[in-house]
Amino acid sequence: MTDFVVSARQLRKVYGGQAVVDGVDLNIESGQCFGLLGPNGAGKTTTLRMLLGLTPPDGGELDVLGYEIPRQARQMHTRMGLVPQADNLDPDFSVSQNLRTYARYFGISKAVFEQRLPQLLAFASLEHKADASIGTLSGGMQRRLTMARALVNDPEMVVLDEPTTGLDPQARQLIWHRLRELLVQGKSLLLTTHYMDEAERLCDRLAIMDHGRILVEGSPAELIRQHIEPQVIEVYGPGVERWGADLGRNLVQRLEQVGETLFCYADDEAAALASLCQCPQLQFIHRRANLEDVFLKLTGKELRDA
Amino acid sequence: MPSVNFALPRFSRRCFPVWQRNAQVWIKLSGPSLVGNFGEPLLYLLALGYGLGGFIGEVDGLPYIVFLSTGIICSSAMNTATFECLYSAYTRMKVQETWAAMMAAPLSLDDIVLGEVLWAGTKSFISAAAILLVASLLGLVHGWQALGVLPMAFLLGCCFGAMALVVTAISPSYDFFLYYFTLVITPMFLLSGVFFPLESVPVWVQSGIQLLPLYHIVELVRPLMTGRPLDGVILHLLVPIAYGLAAIWLALALLRRRLLI
Repeated sequence: MTDFVVSARQLRKVYGGQAVVDGVDLNIESGQCFGLLGPNGAGKTTTLRMLLGLTPPDGGELDVLGYEIPRQARQMHTRMGLVPQADNLDPDFSVSQNLRTYARYFGISKAVFEQRLPQLLAFASLEHKADASIGTLSGGMQRRLTMARALVNDPEMVVLDEPTTGLDPQARQLIWHRLRELLVQGKSLLLTTHYMDEAERLCDRLAIMDHGRILVEGSPAELIRQHIEPQVIEVYGPGVERWGADLGRNLVQRLEQVGETLFCYADDEAAALASLCQCPQLQFIHRRANLEDVFLKLTGKELRDA
Repeated sequence: MPSVNFALPRFSRRCFPVWQRNAQVWIKLSGPSLVGNFGEPLLYLLALGYGLGGFIGEVDGLPYIVFLSTGIICSSAMNTATFECLYSAYTRMKVQETWAAMMAAPLSLDDIVLGEVLWAGTKSFISAAAILLVASLLGLVHGWQALGVLPMAFLLGCCFGAMALVVTAISPSYDFFLYYFTLVITPMFLLSGVFFPLESVPVWVQSGIQLLPLYHIVELVRPLMTGRPLDGVILHLLVPIAYGLAAIWLALALLRRRLLI
């Protein structure tokens, strides 16, 4: 039997008569990194809050780490770590005091904690900042500390809500590296993100949500293979519409105009590239299809200001 | 509007780390806090007790400064707990999201509410201890039974802390607290027998004040500090205990509606 850390059946949440989460089925295998993706207002946060036992579902069944949620949320929390979207460290405490205080919320003894502290500081790469106050830390450092804090109880599963939003590229790289380490240690990860490169890079499996439902679920490679042509050419410049209507249309499988850019999806890109080389006024980028193409195809390209 | 879950609080020892977290922040920032604990009541005693007291003479058979010090110790305890569970608790709930971090750990909202209430009681205890020290140095305290004031201050702090959490639970912003101060705290502060005996105001005001908790604690603290015999102890204890328990229950229900939706 497969070991699931999360198993949700027909999970449902209604706010003001509107189903924000509408019949979500989710099975997350132990030891995997699972990504929950979707545009703003898709129902990701509500789903996550229900998994954490912070929002009571209006329908469905939910087990996390073998506990019935929300009834046994407290027991589940002893074996789970959360990295929230916004860092909520204690600004009045130093780095190590933050970790110490959090460990006490779990009832972890002083001896066990002091033994674990050097590892936690090393994980956050904050060994030299143990006594620094939170206000002096950069955004990346704060995020790393929040991640280390989620590990004080040596959890089996870590839930990360947009772990790298607002961080610079170097800080993101380090966080990705740390998340890989957690997977190597055998921990299960559940993360939400708006960065498709992050999801493609980290997730073993992922689900794309919209309007409270799961649209597709699978590994990043599977989803790209199933939902999108393998080659993409992005074309822009004066006369791009004419090129698309007169020539491009017949050279690729699918065309889509988004803003000033024409996206060309093809199984074989050679003919379109040859044609574009004859049009010096047009700029183009040729690349392989990625998760972002799948995401935009499934959830649409219009802005979400929900 | 989601329905309100009025389930009774389920308390556990897990409220202690919540209390401890607040206590440690207080220790870090205790300088300004202690100056406030000592300074403000001292100013009241000097200005009103000695200044105004010279014109007033005796009140209720006590030198005015003695009468006043027994009241100020209660009103300071009330204010300390109220500020803590309005502004500080709101900051922890909304701005710093300290409570959210706690709820991701194995702490429930019930533990958080109880921890906050016990911490408010502790701050009132500290405030009362500071004033008691000042009052005894000024020779205003009669005998060791005055130490009985400290548990009274703790009870008063828990009661007013819980009441303030009810307001915090429904507050959209810090500004909202002014309603509570103007409509609830200030009338109690001025009319509960802190500055003058309750008998000085019209009977209908007296009846109203007797339904509120501050008056009852003043009635216990005054004899404890002056060495007079205690009277009606059970009733005077029951009213603030009832207010405190009811407020804990209501605050928890309202916070569930606000935070666990």
